[in-house]
Amino acid sequence: MTDTIPASRPIRRRIRALSDRSIAWLFVAPTIFLLLAVNIFPLIWTIRLSFTDFRANRPNREVEWVGLENYRRILTDPDIWNTMQVTAHFLVWTIALQVLIGFTLAWLINRKFRGNDLWTTLIVLPMMLSPAVVGNFWTFFYQPQIGLFNYVVSFFSGVDPSSFTMIGSVTLAPWAIIIVDTWMWSPFVMLICLAGLRSIPDYIYEAAEIDRASKWRQFWTITVPMVLPFLMLAVLFRGIENFKMFDLVVQLTGGGPGSTTELASINLKREAFEKWRTGYSSAFAVILFVTVFGLASIYVKALNKVKDR
Amino acid sequence: MTAFFTGLIRLRRGPWEMLATLLIALGVIMLMQPFVLWAFTWSFVVTLVGTVMFIITSHFPE
Repeated sequence: MTDTIPASRPIRRRIRALSDRSIAWLFVAPTIFLLLAVNIFPLIWTIRLSFTDFRANRPNREVEWVGLENYRRILTDPDIWNTMQVTAHFLVWTIALQVLIGFTLAWLINRKFRGNDLWTTLIVLPMMLSPAVVGNFWTFFYQPQIGLFNYVVSFFSGVDPSSFTMIGSVTLAPWAIIIVDTWMWSPFVMLICLAGLRSIPDYIYEAAEIDRASKWRQFWTITVPMVLPFLMLAVLFRGIENFKMFDLVVQLTGGGPGSTTELASINLKREAFEKWRTGYSSAFAVILFVTVFGLASIYVKALNKVKDR
Repeated sequence: MTAFFTGLIRLRRGPWEMLATLLIALGVIMLMQPFVLWAFTWSFVVTLVGTVMFIITSHFPE
């Protein structure tokens, strides 16, 4: 005990002698180190690998520098082009449906009625679930024999429930993943729209009432323009997220049947960990990264605009 | 429109960011369109130019 006290004194003194700036750096340093190790270093390594023909399953093979060859092959490959079109189909329809449903739900929830909070909680539930869980139980919903989805469709349309399969059909599988993503993420768009709707001051509507503006005109000239920045934010956020979509679709269809639901990230995983074309897949990852980074830059700009309002 | 070009010449952030945003959006559309393969081929270059431009021009004065 008597030995430790004199030893700790110089350390204490040294800590007290540190400037505020040094202490701040001391606290931030572990985070910066982790960021560099987990994010920046792998990114730089991936960019480096994208210019080589490296294969991760043959680490001892001599690695050849191929320059921009991987990028040229990806950007002239009709299969990759098809993958991007599948991603675009998924992206456009999910965003369109989520905006439509999300905004309608927000508009309805914004009206004051009994049980408002309960309904909000119930609507928001799907986005709180794990994508793996959602994918798993929707595969049961889509079962032709026992699935709830087929029975609901059959109830309204009169079609035999076992006559169609959502996941196994080439034409229906892309819509199957769109329905699940819309079910899961429309509440998110609803929440953002609700924030926008609640930020509109009542006196604007009161002034419009005095000017004898109809409800329809109020909606188009007050509600829509005031909510639009929030809606843009939701669209950009969902766009970025769905561009990277992987877990939900892998759980639901695994990219099939054929390659009808093979989104860019699923194709990337196949190239990297099934075909082991690490250099090629690194180049593809860089292309996707630059696209997402570009979209994220626009997202941040839109976010700042909303903040300034 | 004149203000936009004046802003570009005077290296102001607003118009340059707008131009970069347009390039990124154009690049994404070119990447995902189903019509012509050459647009898909050049999409990455357009997006990359837009993104790099965005990073640089976001440091320009207002």
